[in-house]
Amino acid sequence: MVRKWFRNKDSVLSVALVTPSILAVAIFIYGFIAWSVRVSLSEWKGLLPNYNWAGFKNYIELFRDPRFQIDIRNTLIFTIIFVAGSLILGLALAILLDQNLPGEALFRGLFLFPMAISFIVTGVVWRWLMNPAMGDRMSGFNLLFTKLGLDFLVNAWHTTPKWGIAAIALAAIWQMSGYTMALYLGGLRAVPDEIREAARVDGASELRIYTNIILPLLRPITLSAMIILGHISLKVFDLIMAVAGKQLPLDVPAIYMYQTTFDGYFYWRGAAISIILLVSVATLIIPYLWFTLRSEAEI
Amino acid sequence: MNRKSTLWTLIAVLVILSFVMTGCKKAGADQVEVFSWWTGGGEAAGLNEMIKIFQAKYPDIEFINAAVAGGAGTNARAVLATRLQAGDPPDSWQGHAGQELIGTYVAGGQLEPLNFLYDEEGWLDVMPATLIPLISADGNIYSVPVNIHRANVLWYNPGILAANDIAVPTSLAEWFTAMDTLQAAGVTPLALGEQWTVMHLMETVLLSSLGANAYNGLWDGSTDWGSAAVTQALNDFVKVLSYTNSDSASLSWQDAAQLVVNGDAAFNVMGDWAEGYFRELGKTPETDYGWAPVPGTAGNFQFLSDSFVLPVGAPHRDAAIDWLKICGSKEGQDAFNPVKGSIPARSDGDRSLYGVYLQSAMDDWASDTVVGSLTHGVVANDSWKTEIDTALGIFLTNMDVAAFQSALVTACASSGPCQ
Repeated sequence: MVRKWFRNKDSVLSVALVTPSILAVAIFIYGFIAWSVRVSLSEWKGLLPNYNWAGFKNYIELFRDPRFQIDIRNTLIFTIIFVAGSLILGLALAILLDQNLPGEALFRGLFLFPMAISFIVTGVVWRWLMNPAMGDRMSGFNLLFTKLGLDFLVNAWHTTPKWGIAAIALAAIWQMSGYTMALYLGGLRAVPDEIREAARVDGASELRIYTNIILPLLRPITLSAMIILGHISLKVFDLIMAVAGKQLPLDVPAIYMYQTTFDGYFYWRGAAISIILLVSVATLIIPYLWFTLRSEAEI
Repeated sequence: MNRKSTLWTLIAVLVILSFVMTGCKKAGADQVEVFSWWTGGGEAAGLNEMIKIFQAKYPDIEFINAAVAGGAGTNARAVLATRLQAGDPPDSWQGHAGQELIGTYVAGGQLEPLNFLYDEEGWLDVMPATLIPLISADGNIYSVPVNIHRANVLWYNPGILAANDIAVPTSLAEWFTAMDTLQAAGVTPLALGEQWTVMHLMETVLLSSLGANAYNGLWDGSTDWGSAAVTQALNDFVKVLSYTNSDSASLSWQDAAQLVVNGDAAFNVMGDWAEGYFRELGKTPETDYGWAPVPGTAGNFQFLSDSFVLPVGAPHRDAAIDWLKICGSKEGQDAFNPVKGSIPARSDGDRSLYGVYLQSAMDDWASDTVVGSLTHGVVANDSWKTEIDTALGIFLTNMDVAAFQSALVTACASSGPCQ
């Protein structure tokens, strides 16, 4: 049937309609990815293209680069805190909303609103809130904590040496936990009441119902949320730029790539970082897609 | 075909044609396309004043203002790089005079030398002699500086200094003593902002500690970055940093400068665009803020300049040269600079148009030795400056002077003139 597609007038038409998109994707996505790989293996530095072969020593040099090591460390910390925090907070909010209390629609909307804001706006606002000034110039969260008598919570937020990136992950959690909440809420609503009733009849406490029955049923949602949030956090750029600008302690690969290419004209290094980013995101997405599509095909 | 589908076909054809037409350029009419990142504030206003003078003098040439916003020039330079690689240069563009232009565009063979224009217009007689080598390569001058800003300015709060019985320091030692007194009195001695302002502070301390000759030598390869003099300068820099506010990473340059006029800090080292900001805040010169050269740098004018160039293969070369003539003329510079808050590169500007600080800057410009700024693109090309920036960022996380110095040596070897 596949071999004789050109016999059938409808198949010919559908293939013809799809061909321009396929061509565009082939050239502008895969063609340019191949070109980026070529640039990353070259010595291109400066305005004029320079395709002299440098080989994999570019990548080795990059992994030895202290700044890139800081980037990887920051990305790992950001990813772990952001993904774990969003999942936990999203689940907690979803369980609360699932209790069928009044005002559910209002709170659902409130928790989802942050997702509609761009990361730049979130970054600017959280930059003000996380202001680390002390003494007379204290403002933002630090001032709030002091006024509430919670002085032990006052800290340097994103300017904390070595761990400042965790503070920015808080801003990202605030933004995206509404998304995980919405996912989990759908999953919780899909659990049939009969199962819960049966468990209660068997004498299980509410807590055991959640841990032994409902949470395992939510595993597919957890997996897909982890993948989506994970790939956002690997590529994060605008949130960090808005909070910290181009400052090294809070550097991430995307910002290093931007700065080294457009400020420094190190095209080879920018291309190498972009290929590394691509491979790391692909490592997340491709197995996930393969599992999802394979299980759908089986059904 | 019925009438309805004829109508829709006609509309579709017209829409497609309109897309095609937007690609066409107006042929024939003489025009000059000038590319910059001056899209707001005093810069855009100053540019408009220069454009008015240009249009008064050359009414037949259409001026196309191709300014690109965003990223403090990062976006504009990326757009420019794309156009140059496509062989479609604008007629002129704005850039920081010095290695930011020379290291990128001259190295790429994109700029024409302007010695002929300097000779024709007599600019060598009205611009400081120490400026010219900094904007040239191999004896060829590559840009026309329109404005001059000074980087090595120490802004201070006169009230705080008077209250603590401190005279304005003129050397690093005096400065350290003054800042010790202030720290003991519980006042933040030196206001500092985010990473690029730290680089700005570093270049003034390097100039102060090394002196003009050794400082210039850093950038042409004659001073060894690994030498003991540089180690001493970096140690001085560490000491200066110890007097700064703890939240500097979260402050923009405006926030840091504002600390001085608000009475929250005594000193701030920033270029003289801070003066325009202070006046915007409604502060009075010499009452609410004072200025002096960064201690140890008196007699040296660490400059940066916005300038215009003539690209190789400019589509309208004669119109571009006419634009450059306006840029270097007394009328053009006196129209631009009062609005922008800087001083003209020419020494014959009309003093009455400029405020108190700018007049003192003009006096210094006419008599001081001119050296170049690192942060603002005069002495180091973009690649070298980015590597220094990375090294500085890592230094700020661990304060390891030896590692910093060795990273600076590597940076000079990889992107600068060192071997």
